[in-house]
Amino acid sequence: MELFKEDKVYNFLGKGKIFFVASFILFFLAIAIVATKGFSFGIDFTGGSVVQVKYTQTAPIDKIRESLQKSKLFEHAMVTEFGSPQEVVIKTPSSTVGVNNDIGDMTKEILKGTGDFEIRRVDMVGPQVGGELRVKGLTAFLLTLMAIMATVTFRYEWRFALAAIIAIVHDIVITFGFVSYFGVDFNIESVAALLMILGYSIHDTIIVYDRVREHIEESKETDFVQIINEAVSRTQSRTTLTSLTVFFVVLTLFIFGGDIMMSFSFPMLIGVIVGTYSSIFVAAQLVVWTGFSVADYRQRMAKKVKMRAERDKMRSQFEGGVV
Amino acid sequence: MKFNYRIIIFAISIIFAIVYSVPSIFQTKWGPKVTLGLDLQGGLHLLLGVKTDEAVVSRVKSIASSVKHYTEHNEILVDSLGVTASTVEFTLLDHDDAKNISKLFADMKGVKVDIKGDSYTVSLTPEEIAKTKQQAVTQAIETIRNRLDQFGLSEPVVARQGQDNILVELPGIKTQAEEQRARELISRSAKLELMAVDEGRGARVSTLTPLDASNMGDEILPDAQMEGVKHLVHEIPILDGGMLTDARVEFDKNNRPVISFTLNSEGAQIFGDFTAKNVGNHLAIVLDGKVYSAPVINERIGGGSGQISGNYTMEGAQDLAIALRSGALLAPIYVMEKRSVGPSLGADSIRASLLALVSGFGLVVLFMIFYYGLAGVIANLAVVVNLFIILALMSLMGATLTLPGMAGIVLHIGLAVDANIIINERIREGFRAGVPTRRAIAEGYSKAMRAILDSNITQLLACTILYVYGTGAIKGFAVTLSIGLLASMFTAIVCSYGIYELFMHRIEESKNYTLWFGMSRRKGV
Repeated sequence: MELFKEDKVYNFLGKGKIFFVASFILFFLAIAIVATKGFSFGIDFTGGSVVQVKYTQTAPIDKIRESLQKSKLFEHAMVTEFGSPQEVVIKTPSSTVGVNNDIGDMTKEILKGTGDFEIRRVDMVGPQVGGELRVKGLTAFLLTLMAIMATVTFRYEWRFALAAIIAIVHDIVITFGFVSYFGVDFNIESVAALLMILGYSIHDTIIVYDRVREHIEESKETDFVQIINEAVSRTQSRTTLTSLTVFFVVLTLFIFGGDIMMSFSFPMLIGVIVGTYSSIFVAAQLVVWTGFSVADYRQRMAKKVKMRAERDKMRSQFEGGVV
Repeated sequence: MKFNYRIIIFAISIIFAIVYSVPSIFQTKWGPKVTLGLDLQGGLHLLLGVKTDEAVVSRVKSIASSVKHYTEHNEILVDSLGVTASTVEFTLLDHDDAKNISKLFADMKGVKVDIKGDSYTVSLTPEEIAKTKQQAVTQAIETIRNRLDQFGLSEPVVARQGQDNILVELPGIKTQAEEQRARELISRSAKLELMAVDEGRGARVSTLTPLDASNMGDEILPDAQMEGVKHLVHEIPILDGGMLTDARVEFDKNNRPVISFTLNSEGAQIFGDFTAKNVGNHLAIVLDGKVYSAPVINERIGGGSGQISGNYTMEGAQDLAIALRSGALLAPIYVMEKRSVGPSLGADSIRASLLALVSGFGLVVLFMIFYYGLAGVIANLAVVVNLFIILALMSLMGATLTLPGMAGIVLHIGLAVDANIIINERIREGFRAGVPTRRAIAEGYSKAMRAILDSNITQLLACTILYVYGTGAIKGFAVTLSIGLLASMFTAIVCSYGIYELFMHRIEESKNYTLWFGMSRRKGV
C-alpha cells in the first residue's frame, strides 16, 4: 500500500500563512488557558497526600466526604472516583512528617464504618520535595533544549536549530494547553511525557531537515521554498506512517493504562498529533523565515569540502613520504 | 557471494537476547532478572530526612555527661554545670583543679574550650559540627539497614540520597499492619538513657514548668505506662545506649516479656560507681524520652546489666530488642516522601500495561504487514528482537522496571519501527526511480542512516539529561528508553539488512515489489 503519490510535490509553503495563523492562534490560546486555568498540579509538585481506596461495593462517596470533614488533616480533601465506581482517590494538600502518624493509617481509622474497603495506595510528598522537583524538572527541560540547540547547530546550522527549538516550544505549549483545559493532573509522569514529546518532536523535525540538507547538497535548486516543499513532500509518507504507529501505541496506553497513567498518556496523545503537524507544516517553514540562504550554505559546504580535500591530500603526501 | 556478516550478528543477538530474557519472563531460579519497581510489585518507599541539628545537641549533652563523670570520679568540685543548645558551661570551684580538668579536654577531639577565670565554656568546632551531622546520616543509614536486616524482609534497600536524605525501599511489605510495624522499627530512635531521679525536688514535679526544671539542671519526663505521671530527673544522663552491647527478650516472674540489656565495661564501671554512691535513691530507665521504670537502688550494681519492663507484646519486645541492639539513631528522622502500593494495585498495573503492550504491538504489527508486505514482516521481526534485547540488557544491568518504564516500552514499539519505515521509504524511492534492486536497498540504507543517526543521537542526549535530573521512576523511564533507542538502531540498521541480504537473490528474481515491499501495482510495471 502507498498513501502518498511518489512524485508529487505538495506546495506546503504556499499555504504557509494559513498554518502560521492557525499555529499562532493555538499557541496563544494555549498560553491564555494555562494562564487563567493553571494546572492541577499533582502532589509530586505541591506536596500533599493521595490515598487510593477500593471498596468491595460501590464507594459511598458522600459518606466518605462526610467522615473526612471531621478531620483537620482532610479539611481540604477532594474525593473523586478513580477508574471504577468501587474505587476512589482522596487527595489532600496536607502531609504528615512523623514516620508513625501515617496518613494511610489515619484514613483507615477515619473511614471505618463507611463499608468494607482496602487501602491500595498511599502517596505522601512533603512540601520540600515538591519544590525541589519543580526546579529539577525545569532545569532538565532547559538543558535538553540547549543540548538540542547545540547538536542541531553542529550537524546543520544555527537557523535550523532555532527553528527546531521554536517548533518544540510550539508543540509543548499547545499540548499543555490541552492538559490545562481538560484539568488532567500534572505529575512527575507529565514531565516524562513532556520530555518524550520533546524527543519525538525533534526526531520528526530532524528527519525533514535531513532531506532539506540532502536536497541542498545534491540538487541544483536554488529556491529554498521549493527545496523545502520537496523535502517535506518526500518525507511526508514516513512522517505519517510513524505518527500512525506511535499514535496506535499511545492510544492503547490511553485506553488500557487507566487513570493511573493518565498524566502520561493524555499529554502524549495530544503531543503526537501536534508534533506531527508541526514537523510537516511549521518546522521547515520556520527555517525560511530565519533568513537561511541556500547559496551561502552551498558556498560554506564547498569550502569545507575543499579544506577536507586539502587536508586529505596533505595527509596522503605525508603518509606517502613515510612509506 | 559476499559473506553475510550481518545475519551472523543478528543470529548471535537473538540468542543473546532470548537467553537473558528467559530468567525474567519465566522467573527462573538462575540468571539475572529485571527487578520490578515498587509501583508494580507493591511495597513501601520512604524518603527520610534526618534532623541533624539534634545530633549536634546530643553530642553536646554527651560531652556534659563526660565532664560530670570525670569531675565526680576525680573529685573535682564544679558548680552550675549545664548545657545550652551548642555549649557546655561550668565553673571550677577550686582553681587548683584547672590542670587536672585540662587533661580531660586534651583527650577530647573537636572541642573548643574558652576559659575565663574559672568559668569554662566548651563548644564544638565547626568542622566537628559538620562531621557530627554527616555521621548522624551515615549512622542512621547503617542503623536502619541493620534493623531491617534483622526484621527479616526480603531485599530491603537503604541508601543515601543526596546530601542527607535516606531512601528506604521495602518490596516485601504486603499488608498495612506489616507496613506499620516496619515504619515503627525504622523510626524508633531507641535512645536508652539511665538517669538519676532528682530526689529533693521530685515531689514538686507537678508544679514545675519545663523552664523551671531546666534552670535547675533537671528535665521533666513522662511515664511510659501511666498517663499523666511525670518524673523529674537530672538533665545529664548517667550513661546512654551507646555503651550497650546486647539486648534480648527475656521473661519476668509473671512470664511477661521484658528486655534485658548488657553494658560494655566502661558503661558497667560508670553504672557501678553511680549505684554505689546512690543507694536508696531512684534510678530512671528512660527510653526515647519516656520513663519506663524508676526502681530504688538497693545496692551497688556491678556487671552492667539491666532490664526494661513495659507492657510489651512478644512482637513489640522483639522489635525493641532489635532496635536497641542495632543502636540508637543519633538524630531523629522524619518522612519527606512516602509511597506505598498494595500488591493488588501493582498486579492491576502490570495487567493494564501488559494489555497496552500487547494490543499496541498487535496494531503496529498488523499495520506494518498491511502497508509493507514482507518488508513489514522483517520490520516486525526486528521489533520483536528489539523487545527481547531491551529485556535482556535490563536484566544484565539489574535495572528496575517501573510503571513509567513499562509505558516507555509500549511507546518504544511505536517508535522502533520508525527506523525501518525510513529505510523502506528510501528503498521504495529507489525502486520508483528505476534503480536495480540490490543498489536500491543498499542506497536506501546508506541514505536513511544519516537521518537515523542524527535523530537518535539527539534523543540519547535528551535521555541522558532526563536520567541525570530525573528521580526514581523517571530514571527508570530514561534507562528503558535509551536502551530502546540503541537497540532499535542496531536491529534496523544491522539486522534487517542482514535479512534482505539473505533473500536478495529471491527479491531480485521475483521483482515482485508488491509482495516484498508492499508497493502498489502500477501500469507499465
